[in-house]
Parts: sequence; structure tokens; C-alpha cells
Amino acid sequence: MGQVSVAPDVSPVEVQRPESAEEVSAVAEPDVPWVTIVHNDPVNLMSYVTYVFQTYFGYSKDKAHKLMLDVHHKGRAVVSSGTREEMERDVQAMHGYGLWATMSQDRT
Amino acid sequence: MAGHFEPIPGGGAAVALDEVEISILRSLAVQLLELIGPGPGGADGEGDPLADLFAEGPSEPPTDPVLQRLFPDAYGDPESVPDDQHKEYSAEFRRFTENDLRAGKRENALAVVRSLDALTVGGERGAVLKLSADESRQWLGSLNDLRLALAARLDVIAEEDTDLLYQLPDTDPRKPMVMAYLWLGGLQETLVETLMP
Repeated sequence: MGQVSVAPDVSPVEVQRPESAEEVSAVAEPDVPWVTIVHNDPVNLMSYVTYVFQTYFGYSKDKAHKLMLDVHHKGRAVVSSGTREEMERDVQAMHGYGLWATMSQDRT
Repeated sequence: MAGHFEPIPGGGAAVALDEVEISILRSLAVQLLELIGPGPGGADGEGDPLADLFAEGPSEPPTDPVLQRLFPDAYGDPESVPDDQHKEYSAEFRRFTENDLRAGKRENALAVVRSLDALTVGGERGAVLKLSADESRQWLGSLNDLRLALAARLDVIAEEDTDLLYQLPDTDPRKPMVMAYLWLGGLQETLVETLMP
């Protein structure tokens, strides 16, 4: 990714804080997908979590139920993957629903 | 407090509420609204809409435990201390999303208050609250926010904490809040059933 090497021409302020998600993901490893992770918490109802996975992601009842059980039993589950921007949208949506979600670059 | 939603044929949901239940729900929703606060334009709604559109949100996490739970960091493992890069990413995410997230939760809580205020309460019999499918979705979100808020106030962090709530003696000062928390759970559980795709 050639554009990363332009850094010396940029003022220090701009180097400190990239302006957009694209630049950040370009600086990070661009080819490695990002994932949205939902974490277990004792408040969100199992039925509600399943409902959110079905309505927001459009997952089948079975898939949504299985992901919910993963969150519940394993403490967390990867619920979606894609570009950094897409994952930011998903994490924001999960926070809107009150689910505890974070995102990270999937290096597994 | 029995409170459970039932589906309305053709869409929507209904629940019978007495005067006390209506007043508790309304009071909780108003408290949540106060905690979330007005949007960038201020409480009077006379801010500059264009300026509001471009107003950046905060970059620091909220200090209140309820708001911390409603607007968590987007990067980093919740169980470990975030490193500087995660902190920076989370701060940037927060600047661009927290205002919108607050607006969404505010809208849902306002929908709850509005539908409660529209009820005609017939003395001790209370009233039957009827929600359209859209209103049901707003109620569902707000009931969840209210439960998250009460749980944060009650320090419910692990699964075991929920079990402890059931065992509190009647004399415990947290008992009324626990009763409200469990009651809201019943309302939410029955409401989500009416919305299951």
C-alpha cells in the first residue's frame, strides 16, 4: 500500500490522527478483515439477542440462535466480518440495540 | 405486577397497565432521558440544525456507569486495559457515533413517554396500552436501555449477580429497584416474542 509512505510530507497533527477510517485501515493491515464481536452480559435477554441478530443481520433463526448461545456460553462471538467501515456500522448498530460489541482486526 | 405483552392480531402488541405501573414506567423513561441529555442543539430544540448535523460527539467515555454501559468503547477487549491505539480508535469512533446513538435512545424513550401520556386511565382498572409494530420496536429498545440502566445502578456485572437479586430480603433498600428490573424483564421478554420474525 504505497499511500502509507507519504507520511513525511504531512504535518504532525495529521499524522497523529488519521482523518478517515480508510486511512486507518490502510495503515493497519488492509487485507486482513475486521470482525464485530458481541460480548456476553447478564442483562440482555437471550430472546432479545437472537431477535437482534435476526433483524439487523438478517440471519436465520437457527444461525441467530446459535450465535446467541455462543455469546452466552463462550462469553463472546464473532457476529460479522468485513471492511473496517462496515464493522463500524455494525458495532454502532449493536450499541444502538444495547448489545455490548467491539471490533478488531481478525488475525486468526 | 403481572405485566406481559400480548400480540395484537394483524400486528402490534398490547399490555394492561395500572396507574402505579404507568407512573413507574414513565418516571424511569424520564430519568433515562435526563441522563442521556438533550442533543447538541440544547433542550429547547432551537439549535442550528445544520450545525447539529456536523457537531462532533465526545471523545472521552462517559463517567456515569449507566452511560458507560449504554455507550461502550468500540475497540479493545472489555476485560483488559485498552492500549493507546485502541483508546485512540475508540475516541474517534465515539466522536462520530455517540451523538447519533444518544439521539436514537432519546427517540425511543420519548416514544415510551408519549404513548403512556396518551393513555386514558380509568381509575383503579388502569388502561390497556396498544402499540403498533413500529412503536413496539421503540419500546423494545427502550425497555432494554432501562434494564441496562437499572442493572448498572444495581452493580449487575456477572450472571451470579442476577441470581443474588432474587434472594434479596424485602428489607433491602435495593428491593424496589430490583422489582422494577425484574418486571421490565417480563415486559421485554413478552414484547420481543410478539416481534419475532
